Formats: sequence, C-alpha cells, structure tokens
Amino acid sequence: MLNEYWPILLFLIIAAGMGAALVVIGSVLGPKRPDDEKLSAYECGFEAFEDARMKFDVRYYLVAILFIIFDLEIAFLFPWAVVLEQIGWTGFWAMMVFLGLLVVGFIYEWKKGALEW
Amino acid sequence: MTAADLMLALPEIFVLGMTCIIMLFGLWLPEERQGMISFVSIMTLVFAAIILLGWDDPDPAAVSFAFNATFVRDQMADVLKLSAFIVLAAILVYARQYLRVFKVAMLEYHVLSLFLLLGVMVLISAASMLTVYLGLELIALPSYALVALRRDDQRSTEAAMKYFVLGSLASGLLLYGLSMIYGVTGTLSLAQVANITAMGNNTVLVLGLIFVVIGIAFKLGVVPFHMWVPDVYHGAPAAVTALIGSLPKLAVFAMAIRLLSDGLGNMQMHWMSMLVVLATLSIVVGNLVAIAQSNLKRMLAYSTIGHMGFMLLGLLTGSDQGFSAAMFYAIVYAIMAAGAFGVMILLSQHGVEAEHLDDYKGLSKRSPWLALMMLMLMFSMAGVPVFAGFFAKWLVIQAVIDAGMIWLAILAVIFSVIGAFYYLRVVKLMYFDAPDKDDAISVPADFRAALTLNGSAQLLLGIFANILIGLCVASF
Amino acid sequence: MNTDLHIILLAIPLLPLFGAVLAGLFGRQIGRAGAHWITILAVAGSLLLSLYVFKLIVFDAMPAINTSIYTWAVTGGLKFEIGFLIDSLTVVMMTVVTFVSLMVHIYTIGYMHDDPGYQRFFSYIALFTFAMLMLVMSNNFLQLFFGWEAVGLVSYLLIGFWFKKESAIFANLKAFLVNRVGDFGFLLGIAAIVVSFGSLDYAEVFAVAPTAVDQTISVFPGVEWALLTFVCICLFIGAMGKSAQAPLHVWLPDSMEGPTPISALIHAATMVTAGIFMVARMSPLFELSEVALSFVLVIGAITALFMGLIGLVQNDIKRVIAYSTLSQLGYMTVALGASAYSAAIFHLMTHAFFKALLFLGAGSVIIALHHRQDMREMGGLRRVLPITFVTAWLGSLALMGVPLFSGFYSKDIIIEAVHLANRPGAGFAYWCVLLGVVVTAMYSLRLLFLTFHGEPRMEQSVREHAHEPGWVVTVPLILLAIPSVFIGYFSIEPMLFGGFFGDAIHVAAGNDVLAEIGSHFHGPLAMAVHALVTPVFWLVVLGSALAVAIWFWKPQLAVWCRQRFSPLVHVLDRKYWFDEIYQAMFARGSARLGNGLWRYGDIAVIDNLMVNGSATLVGWCAGLLRYLQSGYLYHYAFAMIVGLIMIIFTYIILA
Repeated sequence: MLNEYWPILLFLIIAAGMGAALVVIGSVLGPKRPDDEKLSAYECGFEAFEDARMKFDVRYYLVAILFIIFDLEIAFLFPWAVVLEQIGWTGFWAMMVFLGLLVVGFIYEWKKGALEW
Repeated sequence: MTAADLMLALPEIFVLGMTCIIMLFGLWLPEERQGMISFVSIMTLVFAAIILLGWDDPDPAAVSFAFNATFVRDQMADVLKLSAFIVLAAILVYARQYLRVFKVAMLEYHVLSLFLLLGVMVLISAASMLTVYLGLELIALPSYALVALRRDDQRSTEAAMKYFVLGSLASGLLLYGLSMIYGVTGTLSLAQVANITAMGNNTVLVLGLIFVVIGIAFKLGVVPFHMWVPDVYHGAPAAVTALIGSLPKLAVFAMAIRLLSDGLGNMQMHWMSMLVVLATLSIVVGNLVAIAQSNLKRMLAYSTIGHMGFMLLGLLTGSDQGFSAAMFYAIVYAIMAAGAFGVMILLSQHGVEAEHLDDYKGLSKRSPWLALMMLMLMFSMAGVPVFAGFFAKWLVIQAVIDAGMIWLAILAVIFSVIGAFYYLRVVKLMYFDAPDKDDAISVPADFRAALTLNGSAQLLLGIFANILIGLCVASF
Repeated sequence: MNTDLHIILLAIPLLPLFGAVLAGLFGRQIGRAGAHWITILAVAGSLLLSLYVFKLIVFDAMPAINTSIYTWAVTGGLKFEIGFLIDSLTVVMMTVVTFVSLMVHIYTIGYMHDDPGYQRFFSYIALFTFAMLMLVMSNNFLQLFFGWEAVGLVSYLLIGFWFKKESAIFANLKAFLVNRVGDFGFLLGIAAIVVSFGSLDYAEVFAVAPTAVDQTISVFPGVEWALLTFVCICLFIGAMGKSAQAPLHVWLPDSMEGPTPISALIHAATMVTAGIFMVARMSPLFELSEVALSFVLVIGAITALFMGLIGLVQNDIKRVIAYSTLSQLGYMTVALGASAYSAAIFHLMTHAFFKALLFLGAGSVIIALHHRQDMREMGGLRRVLPITFVTAWLGSLALMGVPLFSGFYSKDIIIEAVHLANRPGAGFAYWCVLLGVVVTAMYSLRLLFLTFHGEPRMEQSVREHAHEPGWVVTVPLILLAIPSVFIGYFSIEPMLFGGFFGDAIHVAAGNDVLAEIGSHFHGPLAMAVHALVTPVFWLVVLGSALAVAIWFWKPQLAVWCRQRFSPLVHVLDRKYWFDEIYQAMFARGSARLGNGLWRYGDIAVIDNLMVNGSATLVGWCAGLLRYLQSGYLYHYAFAMIVGLIMIIFTYIILA
C-alpha cells in the first residue's frame, strides 16, 4: 500500500530539494548591492504609489466569501445533474433541501444589508 | 432513504427547521421584541426533547442505523442529546439579559447556538467518519463565529482568530488521520472499520490513529493540545464561554466513543497508552496552573483541562465500566460548567465582565442565594462527597483501579485534592471576605429558577446518583 | 408489597423533613405562625400515619416489612441502601417519637413565644423528628448511622440554641465531644460487621451471625478477641455515648443548657433512648455474646444507682430531672443486659411519657418564674400553678414506681428480670437497682416538695407575676399525664407477655427471663396487689418516708443531713469528679498533645515544609507552565506540532 505513495514522496523530496537548492545557490553566489530603488515594491514598472500593505475595504472580503458559497454550490450542482438519473427522487429532494438552506442564508445576508455596496 | 430513516433523525431535522425559521423571522423582528427569539429557541429545545423522548422505540437497548449506516441512534445518543438540550436551555436562559446589556446580536447568538447544537447532535449520532467530520465542523464553525460575536472587542476577536487557526489545524490533522484510516480500510463506516481492523493492523493505521487521537485531544482541550482553551475561554463573551465550555464536551465524548471504541476498538492497546499520557498531563497541568490564575474564566478554563483529563481516565480503560463512568463525568461536567458560567454571566450585568476573582468577594452578603448556588457548583467541581462531581470522580477512579492502573488512580486522587484548593478559594472569597462593592444584584425570575435547578442538580444528582449512573451504564 | 404502603412509609419521615426545610429556609417568608403550623401539621401527619402503620402491624397482624426504597450506590459487592424495617419494635418507637414530638411542638409555641429564633427552633425539632424516624425505621447499618449522627447533630445545634450564652456553647461542645467517643466505638462496631459479614443489611447480618460465634478478631496483632463480643461491645459503646451511660454520661446534665422543650424531646424521651433501641434491635447479635451482655448489665446498674444519687443534691430543677433520666436510662440498660429487651423497650415507652411530662412541667415552672431554675428560690407553687402541680405529681408517682402507675409496671418487671438473670454481674446489678428505687423516690419527692410545697422563697416581684402559662403549655401536660398514669396498666400484658415483639427481638432459649416472669403473671391488677409483699414496694415507701421527713416535715433535717454526711454530699456535689478527671486527663492532656502537634507537627513539618513547601513548588510549577501560555498563536501551533511529533516518534519510530 505504502509503495504506491513512494513516487509522491520522491517528487516531494526532489521538489523541496530543488527549491531549497536554487534559493541557497542564488543567495550564496549572487552579488548584493542594494539601493532604494531595488528595495522598493515592484509595481508593473511604475514608481510605487504607497506602501504595498495597503488597506482594503472589508466589504471585498464579504463579497468574496459570499461568492465562494454560491460558487461551490454551482460546483456541487454539476455532478448532481449528471447522476440525477441514478439517484432518483431522493437525490432530487436532498438537493432541494440543500438549496433551500442556501436560500435561507441568502435571505439572511440580503436582509442584513451584506449585498448593499 | 426511507421514512424510517427520517423518523430516526427527526429531532435533528426539527432543530434544523426551527433554526432556519428563527433565523428568517428574527430578521423582521423589531429591536424591542428580540426577547421572543430566546423564548422560541428554548421552546425549540423543549419540543426537540419531546420528539426525542416520544420516539416510539420497541426496544430501548437496540441500536438503530439510518442513512446507509452513517447515522446511529442508541441509548447513549439519546441520553447525551437530552443532556445537551437541558444544558443549552439553561445557558439560553442565563444569556438573555447578558446579551441585552452587552449589546450582542440576539438573533445571531441564538441561531449560532442552535447550529452548534445541531452539530453536537450529529456528532453524537455519527456512525461514519464522514458524519463525524460533518458534526465536528458544524460545531466548530458556529463556535468561531460565536467567540467573535463582540466584534468590537479586541480580546474577543483575537480569541476567535486563535481559535479559528488552531481549530482548523486540528480539523486538518483529524481529517488527515481519517483519510489514512480510510486509505487502509477502504471504508468510511466505523462498523466496517472495526471489522477490517480486527484482522490486524499496520503502521499506517497507527499513524491514522495518532492523528485521530490528536483531533479528539484538541477538541477536548487536553495537554499539550490545550493552549487555545484559556485564551478562548477568556476572550469569548461569558455567554459564549458557557456554550463552548459545556455542549461540545458532550459531543466530543461521543466522538471519542464512536471513533476509538466503535471504530478502532481493536487498537485499544495503542490508544490506551496515548490517552494515559494525555490524561496524566492534563490532570497535572490543568490543576496546577489553575491555582496560579486570578481570573475566574481562565481558572475555569484550566479546570476544564483538568476535568477532561479525568474524563479521559474513564475512556482509556476501554471497559464498559470506564465508558459509562466517563459518560457520567461528561454530563455532570457539562451541567456544572453551564452553572458556573451562569453565575459569571449574572454578575456581568453592568457591561463589564465579572471575571476577576475579586468580583466574588463577599458575594454571600450581596446575594446569599447566588453564593449558595456557586458554592454547590464549586463543591461539585472540587468533588466534595455527596455532590455529583464526587461520584463522577469516584466512578472514574474506580474504573481505573479495576483496570489495574493503581498509580494512575493515586495520581488522580492527589491532583483532585490539589484541584480542590482553587475551587474552595472561590468559596472562601464568597463567604469570608468583605465585599468590594455592595450594589444589589437583580435577578430575572427565570434566571433564578434555572440557576436554582442547576445548582441543586449538583446535590440531587449526587444523592440520586444511581438514576443517571443507571442510564450511563445501560448505554454500554 | 404494595406501593401505597411504600408511600406512607416514606411520608412518615419525609413530612417532618419537609416542615423543617420550609421553616428553616423560608422562615422569614412564612412567619412565626406559618413555621409552627407547618411543622405541627407535618408531625401530626407523621403521627397519624405512624398510628396507621401501628394498627397494621399490631392489630391486623401484618408480617414485618423489610424493604429497600432506594439503592444509593453499590461498590465491591457492598450495597448502600435506604430501606425500612417495620416491625412491632419499630412501630412502638415511631409512635412514641412522633407523639412526644407533637406534644413538644405544641408546647414550644408557648415556651419559645418571645424568642427571636422561633422559626429556627421549629425547623430544628422537626429535623430532629425526621432524623430519629430514619434511625428507628432503618433496615441497615448505614442508615442507622446516618440517623444516629443526624440526631447527634440536631442535639448539638439545640443544646447551643442560645448561642450567645457561653455555658450553652460549652455544653454543646461537650455533648459533641463525648458523643464522638461513643460514635467512634459505634463506627468501629459497624466496620467490624462490614469486614466480617460483608453486609450492612440487618437481616443478612443477623442471618450469618450465629455461624460466627467461634470466630475471633485480631484488633491488635497477637491479641485474639471473640468477634461477636468485640462487635457488641463496640456497638454498645456507641449506645453509651448516645444514651448517656457512665462513664460517658457527663454531657447529658450539661445539655440542660438548651431550651426545655429540647430537654423533654431529645434528652429525655427520644434521642437518648436511641442507644437502648439500637441494642434491642441488635438483640440477635447481643444474645450471642454473654460477655457483652454482662458488660451492658454492669454499666447500666452503675448508671442507675450512682447517677440517681447525684440527683439528690442538685438544686437546678432541670438538672435533677436530667440525673433522674440518667438513672432511668440505667434501668433500661440493665434490662437489656438481663436479656429482657422487651422490658427495656417497655420502660423506654413509659419513661418517654412521664419524663417528657416532668420536663415540660419543669418548663412550665420556669416560664412562670421568668427563667429561674434554682429550686432554692421556688416553693409553694401549688396554688399558683395548679395544673402543673397535679401533672407533675402524677409524673413523679409514675417515675417512683407507685403501683398502678405506668412506671411501676415497667420498673418492677426490670427488677424482677435482673433478679432472675444468672449471668456474671447480675447480683451486683440487682442490688444497685433495688437501692436505686429508694433514691428515685427520694429525689422525685424532693423536687416536688421544694418546688410546689412549703413557703414561697422567690422574690416578691417574681411571685406576683407568676401564673399558669396558656393552653399550649397545659394541654400537652394533660395529654402526657394520661399515658403516664395508664399506659403501663393497659399495655404490660400485651407488650411483654403477649408475644408482641415476635421476631423483632430475639432472645436465646436459656436467657428468656421474661417468659419466666410471665408464667407467674396474672394480670396487671394482681401484679399491683402482689407488689405489696415485695421488697420493691417497701423500698419505695422507705424512700418516700425519708423524703417526707427530710424535705417536707422537718426542713432543718436537710441541713443537718448535709452536715452529718458532708463527705458523701461533697462527693455527690462534685459528681464523683468525672468532669474534673476528664478535664485533667483528656481535655488538658489532649490540649497539650494538640499544642505539641500544632507547634512541631503542624507549623514546622506540615505548614512550613509540606504545605508552604508544596505550595511554593506548585506555584513555581504553575508559574513556569503559565510562561508557556504566551498568547502567541504560533507558539500554540508549535506546541501542538511538537506534541504530534513526540507521539509519532514514540509510537511509530520507537515501536
């Protein structure tokens, strides 16, 4: 059983080894002559406007999280649709319950104002 | 899936349905009518209990499976679920005034608690590794959100963050372990895992077991996977601490039984020695560090660690006697913890958490009733004879002795004596010190009734210990 | 076994408990009247139910009930249960306890009328009733012990009821400590039973006890004692503490510091008889040990005579009655020692009535005189307190054993039984109880003469205000006077010679002195007539004549006697120096021992080395471990991973 995982382990070891080796070689062999320009953040060739760790509006996160829920729901719907023939009414109603729960959640977030920008 | 399957899970379905209904209708409830939510939530628990008890079971000792044997209903499940209803109902009564004073979202608190309860129920009834994980996450996610419920409070959000990150780590470890077991056995059903492991085990299975044990250990908060406990208990609002300090313990006890006994019972020699180490460390560290605490929440957090160590003592014997002792311990502990945090909730009525030990000075003069209830709870936690906590410790220690681990029993006794110190210190503060403040403590009638029941339950469960012990023994 | 009866049996002890809880915890809410109504109704309910059970057992000849109500815990084959054993012995005790308790409850309304602790008092006496009922109804040693300690606790609380009075605090501490000595023996006895017979249940223990006659027990290495003798003597030491037998009697006279209703209820009628009851209950065990019975006989005889003598020189009215109680308890113990258990219980019953009557009468006098108890300041009260006067006379005649009165029957039978007994010590005991009769007559009449007859000696103001207390005081007196006079006449035949106790009391074949007396018994009237030709009657007459001469006819004789017999009086005044000896030997000795242990053992070793030392160690460890709780998330995660790696290392790599 474990034998089947052997290639994966080997792959992991090689990947880690390669990565580490490149970083080490680069830092050991590469010349180091830093100046302000070099240390500043890289922004598509423009001069840096502000600190790279800038503040986001928290609503981005909210929208992102809400998006993920419905994104996953869709991802879940595809395989369900494919095998609907086999799983029959039980499968159908199970999905309806699932969607119903999501709708309840959706109503909640809507009413709470999470969708207002 | 048949109608019988649905009937078996009717309490869970009812709780889920009611939670959704509360969530929807709570949205349209005006601010001043928010108290309704609390009432409806408690009614939900009452009816769930009625449904649970009303289920017409031809043979109470029988074990019924549903949903392709992913869901199990047996006497242990019923007793634990019923205890969970009772504990949650008490906490919801305690929390009402607190939520209003601290301006914590009433609706979210109740909905999340009910989801947490649903998770507890699912985990208690889990018969497959999938259901175990489902229940566990259903407990964990509402817990994270609940801890962060006072989102303007720095301590609260910090605690939630820690809880979330560490909890995810532990979930990951558990999942990793479950996947290894699945990899070896090729099945998710715990009953089949038991069948397959009966034929012998290998290193991967042991590795999987280790991760599973660590997952359980984290959720119980036993050393060295306890680091989150004090910070989270401390940071969370008192009404939330009461929740996460009591209900999940019942569920995780069930999870340990399901995974270790039902699923991996054949590897008892392995998990027994792991649990011995964890239990010993917990009893030692929990009881020692609790002494150094000046904050009641942190003290109770460390006391939880110690108590969970005691509960593990029952589990690790691997005998039916030990399991029933641990079950009794878990139930008694959940009730004790709910009550102790209830007192804390009541004292925090001025928008400041009454969590410092000095807040309890001279409590007997400010409110003799409250002090008496706290006294009973503390006595029970300390394991003073006649109180329920004494029988819990006694049964566990007896199981350990019967399993032939005398040194472990001696250690447990020594540390329960050391542990008694910090519980009795609270009693001393309440009864023998002069109060710093003398403002009256106003108590809502339902709160008074619930806490009176909760406090005297410690005495009644001690005097009539046989009833609950009988139920626990019959569960195995 | 029907459930209705179960409920009735449960209700009998639980009603007073319920009353006690209500009056104790909610005394302020229900008020004074509420407290006495609730407890009185509860105890009255208990009395009615007890009478019903009495009827079932005695008149309907129902077989004895032995049932377990609740199994508290089971451990290692040993069961801890709550259960009831209801037979003729139990029902007599239940009826006596509830009846006297009810009388005392009613009487208390008058006696404690102005006391601020009114509700507390009712709560205590109801609680006492509960504990006493648990004790007598028990079917196992655990519950017996529970009741035993519970009555002791209530007794302690009640002796010190006036907790601001220093002498009361001293007295309750003394009662508590002396009872501890007795209880130690009692507990040893129970422990020996558990160890040897492996059961706490009466029936089981009694069933196996006869097989253990030849067994020995080695308490100290190398010394072998007969097991049953050891067990019985240990149990009897418990009885000596509770029933105040010499030399553990010293607490009872001091317990008179408590309110008078308590003296009547606890320290005369019920609690102090618990020891007598217990020995009677354990008759199947005691019958197996001749040595233990002799021990019981001798202790009882000593108490009966010598405690009565002290009563002759006491001046406090309640103390006289207290010493009289000691002496009468001695009589009961003698009866036990002579294997006449039924006679002991019979005397217990008659004594409960007339001694409660005397105490309540004394209480009535004390109320009338505004809490003055010294008989030297009384006298001539017969005109002021006519009802008290008459009832006190009736009670005293019963106590003295004047024919036809209840005390006559019970005491005469005991003396007769001792006469017939032929175990070691019986001769000594016989003389003691005979002389005791003279002494009883003397102190009883002395009390009456000093209190009710002669010239008033109290202050003018007190005499003018003295009057008979209200009906709550006089009605219990009258109700108690009736059985004091008649109960002996009516119950002697059924109770002693009618096989009344049946299997409840077991007497070995050769020891049954009562059966021998029964063969000469021709009805209570004939017995009274026959008494005129027995020495006992003439001893009563002698004692009475002496008393009349000394305290009624020529009071100067009393002064002359005191001077003439001053060494003897001195001995009695000092109560044989029991208190001084205990004070010197035990109190001071243990104080010194305690001091030494405290200084060297406690402070040096335990406090400094062990407690502070380990506390420092614990604190240090706690501090160290607390340091680990840094608050940093990555430290926590790191700790988890370290734990994981260590477990994996242990179980995978090492295995």
